[in-house]
Amino acid sequence: MPLTQFVVRRLILLLPVLVGMSIVVFLLMRLVPGDPASVILGLRATPQGLAVIRDQLGLDLPITQQYLHWVGNLLQGDLGQDYRSNIPVTTLLADRLPVTIELTLLALVLALVIAIPLGVRAGVRQRGLADKGAMTLGLLGISIPDFWLGIMLILALSLGLGLFPSSGFVPLSDGLFANLRSLFLPALTLAVGLSAVLVRVTRAAVAEVQERDFVRFLQAKGLRQRAIVYRHVLRNAGIPIVTVIGLQFGYLLGGAVIVEEVFSLPGVGRLIVSSTLERNYPVVQAGMLVIALMFILVNLATDILYAVLNPKIRDAYR
Amino acid sequence: MTADAVQTGRSIGLLRRTYRRSPPAIIGGGLLLVLAVAAVAAPWLTPYAPETMDFNAPLAGPSASHPFGTDNFGRDVLSRVLHGYRVSLAVAIGSVAMALVVAIPLGLVAGYYQRWLDNVIMRPMDVIMAFPAIVLVVAMAGFFGQGLVLMMLALAIVYVPIIVRVMRGAALGVAGELFVEGARARGASDLRIMVRHVLPNAITPVFVQASVLMGIAILLEAALSFIGLGVEPPTPSLGLMLAEGRSFMGRAPWLVIAPGLAIVLAVLGFNLLGNGLPALSGPRRGR
Amino acid sequence: MSLLDVRGLTTEFRTEQGWRPAVSDVSFTLDPGEILGLVGESGCGKSTAAYSVMKLLGANARIAAGEAWLGGENLLAMDDNALRKLRGDRLSMIFQDPATALDPAITVGEQVMETVREHLGLDRRAARARALELFRQVGISDPERRLSAYPHQFSGGMAQRIALAIAISCNPEMLIADEPTTALDVTIQAQILRLIKTLLVTERRSAVLLITHDLGVVAQICDRVAVMYAGRIVEVGDVRSVFADPLHPYTRALLDALPTHEVARGALATIEGRVPGLTDRPSGCSFHPRCPHARPVCATELPPRVRPSPGREVSCVLHTADG
Repeated sequence: MPLTQFVVRRLILLLPVLVGMSIVVFLLMRLVPGDPASVILGLRATPQGLAVIRDQLGLDLPITQQYLHWVGNLLQGDLGQDYRSNIPVTTLLADRLPVTIELTLLALVLALVIAIPLGVRAGVRQRGLADKGAMTLGLLGISIPDFWLGIMLILALSLGLGLFPSSGFVPLSDGLFANLRSLFLPALTLAVGLSAVLVRVTRAAVAEVQERDFVRFLQAKGLRQRAIVYRHVLRNAGIPIVTVIGLQFGYLLGGAVIVEEVFSLPGVGRLIVSSTLERNYPVVQAGMLVIALMFILVNLATDILYAVLNPKIRDAYR
Repeated sequence: MTADAVQTGRSIGLLRRTYRRSPPAIIGGGLLLVLAVAAVAAPWLTPYAPETMDFNAPLAGPSASHPFGTDNFGRDVLSRVLHGYRVSLAVAIGSVAMALVVAIPLGLVAGYYQRWLDNVIMRPMDVIMAFPAIVLVVAMAGFFGQGLVLMMLALAIVYVPIIVRVMRGAALGVAGELFVEGARARGASDLRIMVRHVLPNAITPVFVQASVLMGIAILLEAALSFIGLGVEPPTPSLGLMLAEGRSFMGRAPWLVIAPGLAIVLAVLGFNLLGNGLPALSGPRRGR
Repeated sequence: MSLLDVRGLTTEFRTEQGWRPAVSDVSFTLDPGEILGLVGESGCGKSTAAYSVMKLLGANARIAAGEAWLGGENLLAMDDNALRKLRGDRLSMIFQDPATALDPAITVGEQVMETVREHLGLDRRAARARALELFRQVGISDPERRLSAYPHQFSGGMAQRIALAIAISCNPEMLIADEPTTALDVTIQAQILRLIKTLLVTERRSAVLLITHDLGVVAQICDRVAVMYAGRIVEVGDVRSVFADPLHPYTRALLDALPTHEVARGALATIEGRVPGLTDRPSGCSFHPRCPHARPVCATELPPRVRPSPGREVSCVLHTADG
């Protein structure tokens, strides 16, 4: 199947980035001023403790071997331990990851729901009301800090109107509605920035496709305007839109770090922040890796979707 | 008419023409100018120093003497916002300036020479860009410490690949143009061609990006200070004010509204300026 | 009675100096089974005139006056939805560049099927059967497989056949073909022209309005020809007599620019001077600055439309009673 070949090729291209990523994360730890072992243990450092950590990290080995040692552990699923609680980092992440994934996916859906119809209308009829709305959202959405927007939403909708909880996470096991209600404000907060970018891209892409010859032929065929816009124009405009979603997913993941903090959600982002504040380095490293890996995987998925949407690209890999 | 009046008339005329060509650039630039002047002139604009506490008036609402109210220590919020701008603008300008110094030559070289040099420069950039900016900045704050200069440095590291990419793309486009071929045919050195011909014609998108990145720097500084990994109290940072004000926002919403709006205004200014810049730079061609 | 009767059509474009006519007072008729060639240099308004009939104009254009009667209905006075239902059904169109006329992201089969589903109300299976039949009619081999191919997998000639399949899918009474062969190789040109004639005229007795700048194409398949210059029709007549005895100096110049009168190909060679733009149309007869027979009156007055013989029309002072 040609698509498999395409995916394999993209995966091979990813390898250098993955290696580079692991080097960056590894080096962060080694570049910390001072001896990593005493940095990790901080005030609790005892000679025995230091020796154990040195041995675990292989600090007596040359730096290249330390790296290989670390990557080797990584590949076996050993991301080290939380040095405070001694809980394996993988366990910590496994608890936190679903929250972040649900939050970002929900935000993505909200952003699409806001941005696509608005952007399409703005692109089809420029200078209209929808266009003004799209331009305003496009400008304000990228100018408002997400954490402040979150605070304002809490102020208005939680403290003011009492519609949503101001913080905390209700797991899915306690019911879908309660779960979505606890995530709605954070997801909306995250979605606004993304929808600002999406609405601009959608508008521009739709306006561009709208000018192409085939649209006039579709009109000459007597198709309904809705069919022309949503079946044909949007599909062709979808290629740049999907690309931007992939690139902007990093924004969602980054935004999640702050938004989880604002809404006290137990996700990977909040884990990274609290671990950073506690100088709990192995957890920070693991969190970074997981976030970057998610970002890369989403970009891979974007590339595949891009190929599916664009028959010419697909053919290039036949 | 005096020479001064003629000069003023000309300046106004230029301003008006510029506005007609690109309203967002003038609105954004004007907004930023006002904010920058207010930040610099803060001590003269408000009678209170940002650290002066007034225990007789904690959490006072907006009034004639405290237009944005006071915080829990009775400090004047307006004064703190204006001083907060100093930090915001310093971080914005410092981080982007540092990034530009490194990224422009790298991008220019990558775009001009292409081939293996392009790969050598761009692959590491891909690696840095594989991390969301905030994650990298948070981690760097954690590993290397906090403070104004370190934060600028961390932001600059995150910004370098972004600017390199833009510079490279623009240089790549210009490097294929006829006037570059012409300069080469006349025997100009690569360095001369890059600096005299490619750079001036490829710099506009870099300035656009730089403007947008300054806005993002303000957002990131605020975010970082908000979660406690940026500048440390009692420095008046907008993000820090938001974090401190949160505990009292039920009783004193102005504590979170004023600094937030201040951030929005500044970021909006940079985004407007960035949006408007391309319309101002007409097609320019090297000789 | 004529199938299509266009009267006094005037279409304007927005320019920096305000609305300016691209098409002025254009009238022509088209009978069932007839092919009318609308010829002229680029920018003369021939495409705009045709698009006006289908009201397929951009936001920067407006129809300022005129009527276009199809049967008992004035197309230009119809509401948008009624006209939309007509398009692709009773009135269809093909375009110059087949490579860009089809949606690149959707299979060609889908593009045929959506048209017949919209107008004929067929279900998916019936629409597919119809698409297969149409592909065979336009001469696409292995239609089963080709239905699920994408536009970029076809050559220009094949893509134009597919566009033609879509255009005839609902058995239209009339086809507007805008430079349908200009983007194609010479050998393919002839095939497409033959196909248009067979499918529309022979098999369906439909009318064709063929827009072209190429008098060779006109000679190959048109019954009648209307020559346009600067937004106006300057001469109309049956192809044989217009070619044998052109009445308007512009028509003569066009014919003289052809390699030989019989040769069925070759674009127009240049005529002295240039085609005036929308904002600098000369007064009087627009052609007078380039006309070898121009008189003082040509610069001031619009030449009247005269009928020197049955079926022929010309707008030139040379043919008025005192001229």
